[in-house]
Amino acid sequence: MSENISGIAASAGIAIAKAFILENPELTIEKKRVEDTASEINRFSAAVEKAKGELQVIKENALRDLGEDKAAIFAAHLLVLEDPELIDAVKTKIESENVNAESAMDEISSMFITMFEQMDNEYMKERAADIRDVSKRVLAHLLGVQFSSPASISEEVIIIAEDLTPSDTAQLNRQFVLGFATDIGGRTSHSAIMSRSMEIPAVVGTKVVTEKIQNGTILVIDGLDGEVIVDPTEEELALYRKKQDQYKEQKAEWAKLVNEPTTTTDGQHVELAANIGTPKDVQGVLENGAEGVGLYRTEFLYMGRDQLPTEEEQFKAYKEVLEKMEGKPVVIRTLDIGGDKELPYLDLPKEMNPFLGFRAIRLCLEQQDIFRTQLRALLRASAYGNLKIMFPMIATLVEFRAAKNVLLEEKEKLAKENIDVSENIELGIMVEIPSTAVLSDRFAKEVDFFSIGTNDLIQYTMAADRMNERVSYLYQPYNPAILRLIQMVINAAHKEGKWVGMCGEMAGDPIAIPILLGLGLDEFSMSATSVLPARSQLSKLSKSEAAKHVDTILNMDTAEEVVKFVNENF
Amino acid sequence: MAEKTFKVTSDSGIHARPATVLVNQAGQFSSDMTLGYNGKNVNLKSIMGVMSLGIQSGSEITIKAEGNDAEVALKAIEDVMKKEGLGE
Repeated sequence: MSENISGIAASAGIAIAKAFILENPELTIEKKRVEDTASEINRFSAAVEKAKGELQVIKENALRDLGEDKAAIFAAHLLVLEDPELIDAVKTKIESENVNAESAMDEISSMFITMFEQMDNEYMKERAADIRDVSKRVLAHLLGVQFSSPASISEEVIIIAEDLTPSDTAQLNRQFVLGFATDIGGRTSHSAIMSRSMEIPAVVGTKVVTEKIQNGTILVIDGLDGEVIVDPTEEELALYRKKQDQYKEQKAEWAKLVNEPTTTTDGQHVELAANIGTPKDVQGVLENGAEGVGLYRTEFLYMGRDQLPTEEEQFKAYKEVLEKMEGKPVVIRTLDIGGDKELPYLDLPKEMNPFLGFRAIRLCLEQQDIFRTQLRALLRASAYGNLKIMFPMIATLVEFRAAKNVLLEEKEKLAKENIDVSENIELGIMVEIPSTAVLSDRFAKEVDFFSIGTNDLIQYTMAADRMNERVSYLYQPYNPAILRLIQMVINAAHKEGKWVGMCGEMAGDPIAIPILLGLGLDEFSMSATSVLPARSQLSKLSKSEAAKHVDTILNMDTAEEVVKFVNENF
Repeated sequence: MAEKTFKVTSDSGIHARPATVLVNQAGQFSSDMTLGYNGKNVNLKSIMGVMSLGIQSGSEITIKAEGNDAEVALKAIEDVMKKEGLGE
């Protein structure tokens, strides 16, 4: 019998494949006495060789799909399995104590894990997890248990997990992972954002997928309606294959719009841009016909490594994006780290309210060496394309002016070193803190553009942590309070002849698009996969008609009324 | 036996990546090799040994090699240290 599990549709499309449960198996280690120590040592060596073989494949996959940086992690894992202090110690223990390989391996590796856990350096503490990972891999082979490492997948699957962390997703092989479903998360959680950038269907926040689904069961992931069908019947399979085809056809329709401009029925042009996290994402931007990059999140350059990226590394990444975009606008946001996005090597203290804490521009203005390195890399890269720089989490004009001053200082230094810097770099800010939205008329006199970050603007305006599922009902993009703030920002900018973009999830939302068009938003930046559907939708809307409804919408009481009105009138 | 003392010059000392490079290089030789830092000696062919030292920038480390290819091995480590900008 098939079973339906509902969740949040995080990424569009239909996937049908076997389930692959991503979890860490609980390994039970029993200490046993062995007489034939020589064959026990052989058994151990064989398990180590198998683990090494797997890691070699994983390393090569990582090198091909994710770059040298991530592959280095697995090179280090391989070295652990060649470490004489570990391997020889286990063999010696088997021989001298007549114990089985499992218990010898477990005891010796635990000793190393404890040693690393006790070190007073955050980065070294995390290495304990690496050793645990490697030793689990060997133990799993010894015990004959299947070890579910995402990087070891070599057939088409749907990943089922409680949640996917950035390190899990970094290991996913895009060739084989057709979709995923998780217990927790929402539309803006890391896993959801990743699924959209990988362009694979995903359903998140189901609460129960890991509990209800067994490894190897056939699943349908319906990322259009947020459904997971477990063990579908023949009829259901036929139905979803049809839906899959229809979606493919619709995508093909959209694909025809790739090289078309985004024009409304009354001939108005709006800019459709895409959000990216790494230079690799530019390919998706171009394939989906985006007219620019509206948000390049530079955090990923800083994550998953043991030290800050150098100026040269950053320069190369920024230059690559600018060059590939061939003169189209690229808005690069300076480092937005801190809060929930941690960098272990910065050793920042834990905070009670990370979203309200020491993060983004606040951190950059205090730890200026980090900020200056990034700004220099950006300025140098500006010579290779159409760069716009954006500061995140600006709450006051004083912050903006301070950040701008640092930028100007670095620019002057580069001029003295005779390094080429573009003279036409626009400088803007994210509007994601209500204080900045309210004072946008003052900001508009000093910035070149605004980009409204709706995910944070909504959570700060509604005072609802977007990671907390119990208050997720307050994540209300269509609440008239949010819409009024957006209107304030757009009007303030236009009064000063400046442009306004939006780079939150809302910009690609079919319900929000007609309202934003009516409000006069100039640039919509979204996941690359949303660009063509948005272009299709906008080509059927009239900007002047949409504008006529704005007053009615902004004078409504609730988000529900707004949604109802949009559905009936557009 | 061959022995040489280096001053660690890389900004972040000898963390994961540089440690990987050193251990890989040491593994190419049959000589026994050790790394001494802060009064502790570890096997240079052991990634966990080298990483466990948490070697800081600006400190001194002593590499010893003992065996048939000791001289060549030490020279190879010296080359890697220079090439990777780890120390001199």
